[in-house]
Amino acid sequence: MNVAAMPPWLALPAAILLIAGGLLALIGSLGLLRLNSFYARIHAPTMGNTLGAGCVLIASMLTSSAVAERPVIHELLITVFLLLTSPVTTMLLMRAALFRSDHEYQGESEGEGEGEGEAP
Amino acid sequence: MMIRGTPRWLEISLLALWLVVNESLAPHHWLLGLLFAAPIAYLTRKLRPRMARPRRFGLALLLCWHVLWDVVRSNLAVGGIILGTIRQQPKIGFLQIPLELRDPHGLAVLAIIITATPGTAFANHDPNSNVLTLHVLDLQDEATWLHTIKHRYERPLMEIFE
Repeated sequence: MNVAAMPPWLALPAAILLIAGGLLALIGSLGLLRLNSFYARIHAPTMGNTLGAGCVLIASMLTSSAVAERPVIHELLITVFLLLTSPVTTMLLMRAALFRSDHEYQGESEGEGEGEGEAP
Repeated sequence: MMIRGTPRWLEISLLALWLVVNESLAPHHWLLGLLFAAPIAYLTRKLRPRMARPRRFGLALLLCWHVLWDVVRSNLAVGGIILGTIRQQPKIGFLQIPLELRDPHGLAVLAIIITATPGTAFANHDPNSNVLTLHVLDLQDEATWLHTIKHRYERPLMEIFE
């Protein structure tokens, strides 16, 4: 089947999911710009990585299944790999920031002194 | 694929991955998948000799569903916080949670769940005192976070992995 020949009941949810995914990724990136400390910014891109990517992947499953005229489920693997790899980078950044225990961190009342004593 | 009563999860998941990549259940893909899965699992086993022994798959599915739901909810919450930064910055902070879960695989899954959920990120885990440190974007009430981690995630993980 041609992409243009997709039935509206399939094309519409796919389009809505794509827009939602794009918006989530955009708001997540906006967070990088708007939030004022590193520890707050670390949470923002997770939005694009989780629900944003999920929406785009479901949209992709819908359209490729319609085009290929059989169920296409490759995208599940992308979800699995994102789930396994993106926490690693987040933890790496978090640990690096804690290790350096920069000024923003010392300004926190909650985490005072946590930076010390946890250098490996 | 059993060794001393434990299913070889690594081989099984690599084979499943091969079959999904090729989108085929044809016999030659099973054979190729086995040829691909068995040596990799054999070579990597030495890197991590301790094998996970997950149980209670129904509970694991329920946990997946809870995590999925929480990811959707916290995405919307974090989106709201980011759009609200025009008025005020969120109240961020670290949260320390004493754990009972000891199994390293369970702890790894807990770290993935926490980091994959927007709004919370794994910061530290002290293996001696078994205290988990989280960073939370919206630290309004600590009790709710504590309750979520302890009851919604840790309890099922203990039943699955221990």
